[in-house]
Amino acid sequence: MSRYTPEEKVKLARHPDRPGTADFIQALFTDFFEQRGDRLCREDGSILGGIARFHGRPVTVVGHRKGRSLEENLVCNFGMPGPEGYRKAQRLMRQAEKFGRPIITFVDTPGAYPGTEAEERGQGEAIAQCLALMSALTVPVIAVVTGEGGSGGALALAVANRVLMLEHAVYSVLSPEGFASILWKDSSRAGEACSVMKLTAQDLRRGGIVQGVLREPEGGAHTDWEAVFRTVDAALVKELAALDKLKGPALAKQRYDMFRAMGQDLPLAREEEP
Amino acid sequence: MNRTFSRRRDRLLVYRSMRENKLSSTRRTKCPECGEESADLEWERGLQVCPRCAFHSPIGAYYRLSTILDPGSFQELEEKLVPADPLAFPGYPAKVAGLAESTGLSDAAVAALGRVEDHRAVFVVLDSRFLMGSMGTAVGEKVTRAVEHAEKKKLPLVIFSASGGARMQEGIFSLMQMAKTAAAIQRFQSRGGLYISCFTHPTTGGVTASFASLGDVILAEPGALIGFAGPRVIEQTIGEKLPEGFQRAEYLLDHGFLDQIVPRDQWRAVLAQLLALHEKGGRT
Ligand SMILES: [Zn+2]
Repeated sequence: MSRYTPEEKVKLARHPDRPGTADFIQALFTDFFEQRGDRLCREDGSILGGIARFHGRPVTVVGHRKGRSLEENLVCNFGMPGPEGYRKAQRLMRQAEKFGRPIITFVDTPGAYPGTEAEERGQGEAIAQCLALMSALTVPVIAVVTGEGGSGGALALAVANRVLMLEHAVYSVLSPEGFASILWKDSSRAGEACSVMKLTAQDLRRGGIVQGVLREPEGGAHTDWEAVFRTVDAALVKELAALDKLKGPALAKQRYDMFRAMGQDLPLAREEEP
Repeated sequence: MNRTFSRRRDRLLVYRSMRENKLSSTRRTKCPECGEESADLEWERGLQVCPRCAFHSPIGAYYRLSTILDPGSFQELEEKLVPADPLAFPGYPAKVAGLAESTGLSDAAVAALGRVEDHRAVFVVLDSRFLMGSMGTAVGEKVTRAVEHAEKKKLPLVIFSASGGARMQEGIFSLMQMAKTAAAIQRFQSRGGLYISCFTHPTTGGVTASFASLGDVILAEPGALIGFAGPRVIEQTIGEKLPEGFQRAEYLLDHGFLDQIVPRDQWRAVLAQLLALHEKGGRT
């Protein structure tokens, strides 16, 4: 499985021809009805979402959108949402809860946008509210990390009952460049950061952070979109069927317990009291 | 019996907070904000607020608790929780051990049961001396256990944040503490729990983007830097200098993200008022 180094995987995860959220929505769903706007101040193109049918069943689908052409990239801010994007996602997820629709999210972002307007409108608050909201949903939630899962901006759409990752996708606390510049004051050591960060799907599966790794075609997802779509479709069908066995509060509990257990078993200091 | 214990607890808190503020009658300390020097005793009299410009300088967790809690009411929770090293990150355990030695903390958070003017609550205080108050597994777990404790005992929860965000050395496990703490707060609040979040200087990143922004009431100290992205990252991204006062508590208040700004010497009064207002049975 691991013919690629973590550094090479980061490159594959960021490949411009890799299928993105818009491509997955088009291939895996029918009847997609896009829903725009946060109902507060703005539409944020870096989050794409709406209602669609998955194998005939209405679901809510939300994901990061990077855009493919430069023009699209600019509309989508290269997949870096502002608070409006996260508040739009919350609005869509609340509706899913209300109408009892499962939620499927696609995660692919370098991170939430670090800009002045984003700060002015409460980027931190918007992400925090996403985490809180998702943690308590009583509908099935499945997240698929398709490319880059960058930091809190990725996690904001990934508090799910099942978090799946494409084989060469990555998911990390910060970009390797940011990690290297914070810890070593040297962003050129990003390659080295990739190795120590344990950001590959395989490492994260071992660490209990993600629940499934989805095989990519030889050479990476960009070489054969159809194969990727078939794999993701099959995984979603299977996971959704499994989650359908849990009802309402049991779904919220399963999700809560899963995240509650992350980093729970800690060593205790042996030092005695003064 | 109870009084003996409470006296002992009081002495312990005083001992620990003194360790954070070694006083000398002759030493003077320069304010990083206005550049003016003041005598240490003057700083101490103002709870480490600059006597010249009112800069609220960061303070240790035990010291902060000693300025807020009723004497004898401090009862530490989960004090022995220390972080895991899930990435086997080179040099990390040694760094943690060194900081534990120099600060007397087991990690960047202290949790305690205590009273403010006789109102009981669970408190968590983050301490920026410990790796910038960053949230790794130990901080995330301590916050979560404190929330669970408050829920079990039907007590209000008060958290003072001061954090550079997620702890890089614990990688993705740090990131997951955002989801874990936010979920715990959400559950606590949905069951009727009162959570008062208090931002102190500086709080950014994953702590701002999780439990710190979820308070029923959100307060901050004057001048505290509060944000998701740090100012340097924003300046690099947009390629210009940020305006004066950007991301400061006063700016957040203007933009609707805080209920009030609370000067350091007024925390006790404000918390006592809020806790009383939420007590059932119409107690005055
Ligand atoms: Zn000053």
